[in-house]
Amino acid sequence: MSEKQFEPNIVAFLCNWCTFTAADLAGTSRLIYPSNVKIIRMMCSGMVDPKYVLKSFLEGADGVFIGGCWPGDCHYINGNMKARRRVALMHEVLERFGIERDRLWLRWVAASEGNAFADTVTAMTGRLKELGPCRVSREAVA
Amino acid sequence: MGQYTAIQTEGHINQAIADVLGKLLDKGVVSAVLVPCQQPHRKAVMQTLVRDPEALAHIDPFAPVVPTNSARLVATLTHHNDAPVAAVVRSCEVRAFLELVKLHQGCADNLLIIGIDCYGRYENKDYFALAAHQEDLTTRFLMSMASGAGGSDGVVLGAPLANACRMCEYPVAEPVDIRLCAIGTDVTQQVWFEWVSEKGLRAMETLALPSQEQGPQARESAIAKLRKERMAHRDAELAAFRSKTDTMTGLADVVAACINCYNCRVACPACYCKECVFVTDTFRHDGEQVMRWAFHRGHLKMPTDTVFFHVTRMLHMSTLCVGCGQCSSACPNDIPVMELFRSVAERTQARFAYVPGSLLTRKTAAGGVSR
Repeated sequence: MSEKQFEPNIVAFLCNWCTFTAADLAGTSRLIYPSNVKIIRMMCSGMVDPKYVLKSFLEGADGVFIGGCWPGDCHYINGNMKARRRVALMHEVLERFGIERDRLWLRWVAASEGNAFADTVTAMTGRLKELGPCRVSREAVA
Repeated sequence: MGQYTAIQTEGHINQAIADVLGKLLDKGVVSAVLVPCQQPHRKAVMQTLVRDPEALAHIDPFAPVVPTNSARLVATLTHHNDAPVAAVVRSCEVRAFLELVKLHQGCADNLLIIGIDCYGRYENKDYFALAAHQEDLTTRFLMSMASGAGGSDGVVLGAPLANACRMCEYPVAEPVDIRLCAIGTDVTQQVWFEWVSEKGLRAMETLALPSQEQGPQARESAIAKLRKERMAHRDAELAAFRSKTDTMTGLADVVAACINCYNCRVACPACYCKECVFVTDTFRHDGEQVMRWAFHRGHLKMPTDTVFFHVTRMLHMSTLCVGCGQCSSACPNDIPVMELFRSVAERTQARFAYVPGSLLTRKTAAGGVSR
């Protein structure tokens, strides 16, 4: 893959009750968003173990997107707030070793916000193109 | 402020402390005391649960060695046990224990925490080498530290102190019931008990010991000097370490010799999971899986998951890291695990404005509220 045509790999962990449904809505609404995003459906953003994010980066992801419900809307009371704490923690640890904060996004996207989902994926893909490839997997696997 | 009691040592510091601990047992303040004692073999000094006051003849609480962080030992004593127990522990051990209490792994209710002043410890093998040749190493060590040894190069009586101790901001145990003070006093003359908490003051009354509001004169300035030296060393060490590990490559370099023995995790007082995910079937990969990775990448270092393990552990416990350095001491390949974790912990702890080992009324960084 040549540098100028760099297409980032984004792994998206989406909450079944909101962002995943929003992605579905974006599709049925025929919205166009970059195909860089690979979606994994989770039952809650609070289920996203930091190991999943870390493994994604170690296996060659350029960015990770976690989509959860707006505060107060979590199907399981407060899973999204747990996700927020974990992301804060991950930002600190990953940035310590040179993985920029902008490679890990946490966004609240409600089930009705198909537009917001498409916009977020577009914006994240654009930002990752600016940042360039995440070299972690080539530098330091295992 | 607490009350102070000076205990005359007449050159026998352990004997003087044993007398007071013996009174705690005799008067029924506690049923047993967990205290570092000289063992019959190899001059090892290990935590020992003493019920019989006569066994206190072997105590050596200030011995400059910490074979394991006692936090988990103390937590064990408070599990399904209503009898009051006293534990003689260092600052790093108290702080780690309080983290375990916040995580519901221990309970401080029936515990009398006696925190000892700590000038630092030797690595185990250095301690054994010194203790084999020196009579009363503990007193010599305390005297030598009081006269300023180890300030610049960390070498005391011919052996280096553990780097974790040279970087430690807490020579004095803070949240304790009773403090055993050796800093700022001539230990060949006297050591001091400081009765800190209400529980500690009650013990003092029961023991009917004379007390005063003033502690040893030189104490505060001696502590301040020690802290200043150590914090300067800490900042220099961490800055140097950060600059060589600011990329994943740098991290991989540092842990290159890791053999996934997980000794660091076993030695860590904050890693309290009964079964770590890294020893479960999740990480027992099939041959086919390993072959796939090798196929995709062209090569695969084995054992696998080394960086994965260390970063995951940072995510799990760096907010709780008290910097005791047992991880580095336990590493068979001399990986600077303590420096690695402290350099991450300073960021994660700052993010949550959290100081591990602070009072039990504080929330944990993970959001749980202590009882």
